[in-house]
Amino acid sequence: MDARLAPFLSLLALMLLWSVAALLTQDPQVLPTPWGLVPRFAEEAASGELARHLSTTIFRVLWAFGLAMAFGVILGFVMGRYRGINRWLDPWLVVFLNLPALVVIVLCYLWIGLTEAAAIIAVTLNKVPNVATVIREGARALDPKLDAMAHVYRMGTVARLRHVILPQLAPFIAAAARSGVAIIWKIVLVVEFLGRSSGIGFQIHLYFQLFDVGMVLVYSLSFIAVMLLVEWVILQPWERKTNRWRTA
Amino acid sequence: MIQIRVEGKSFGALKVLGRIHLQIQAGERVALTGPSGIGKSTLLRIVAGLDQEFEGQISRPDSLAIVFQEPTLLPWRTALDNLKLVHPMLSTSQAASMLSRVGLEYKEDVFPLQLSLGQQRRLSLARAFSGNPDLLIMDEPYASLDKGTAQKMLALTQDLVKEHACSLLFVTHAVEEAEQLCSRTLTLTACPQGAQLS
Repeated sequence: MDARLAPFLSLLALMLLWSVAALLTQDPQVLPTPWGLVPRFAEEAASGELARHLSTTIFRVLWAFGLAMAFGVILGFVMGRYRGINRWLDPWLVVFLNLPALVVIVLCYLWIGLTEAAAIIAVTLNKVPNVATVIREGARALDPKLDAMAHVYRMGTVARLRHVILPQLAPFIAAAARSGVAIIWKIVLVVEFLGRSSGIGFQIHLYFQLFDVGMVLVYSLSFIAVMLLVEWVILQPWERKTNRWRTA
Repeated sequence: MIQIRVEGKSFGALKVLGRIHLQIQAGERVALTGPSGIGKSTLLRIVAGLDQEFEGQISRPDSLAIVFQEPTLLPWRTALDNLKLVHPMLSTSQAASMLSRVGLEYKEDVFPLQLSLGQQRRLSLARAFSGNPDLLIMDEPYASLDKGTAQKMLALTQDLVKEHACSLLFVTHAVEEAEQLCSRTLTLTACPQGAQLS
């Protein structure tokens, strides 16, 4: 069997499991069948509501992801490379790692207000410590021999960063990015649930109040589909490209 | 001329190097031998500017190259890129010609991990000579190679050093390698005040 078929078959099996559970439940108010959602999905898509809320959430996820990755990579790299800085910043990192996401979100809304900026800052603050922790390990594992080589041959800062440091950090950045995307969109949904008037999280909140399981599933599955697309179209090909030298 | 004036080098309370004064003339090839752990690599790191925490002063040319014990290549870049990225002034044809000179013709687009250890060391040698160095530092570059391959690499190094007329500081355990490649052999010996030249 073609190995590329495995992810599709795996998802198909999950769908089958859901169908069986839905048929056994025999109550579409509790668990509708996958095909039962198709008309409602089509209705939301046709009205433009699905696209509007989906794009709003994607916008927030992209902003928070970009900021969290940028700050997290810089912070993690500096902490991994400079022991003195790490000694000072490590307790902060531990505090922020253990601060519940909900607390950060609520505090951001209280201090900044129910604004777009507060929502994005709250998500970013939740993710930066995770990214920094992963990248710090990567920075600690940088090969000192390659450092010495770059020093002796007087490689420029940009060349050193691009060709010596970043390729070594690439697996750590990929791991942080993958877990980052997965976690950030979940936190974005909580942020939207608590204090925004648009986005998938807001819609889930709305249909939760109406006890409409079907629409909750339509909106969450739509976003999961987008995330799967990101994984298959962007993350996996990028990872394959950066790891080409290992498998060549 | 390379002037090495090391008055001492310690790691904490451990005194590794004592007073070492050494001059290497332009084009001179000097071998440094001595038992394992005596401080040969430490001295090389000081000469290469990789270790700045020592007592003394080093006067070295700007154009410097080093061949480490391990090939120390960029495994995620092709053989050709390993030369061009380290020496940005090198044209593609010059880099390809250098690869060919060390016996790596048609290997331009190959990644280092696809090469044998001997070939990786050739690539490391090509990288060192691509910058036309005034001083080449080699730290046991033939360690872990079989005798035949080591002999071929030694002959290749000898030819390249002559072609480029650079000074050479060559660290080795093998006295025969030192005699074949260098005109002067110095030995580091243990002393209570740290290793010294004899």
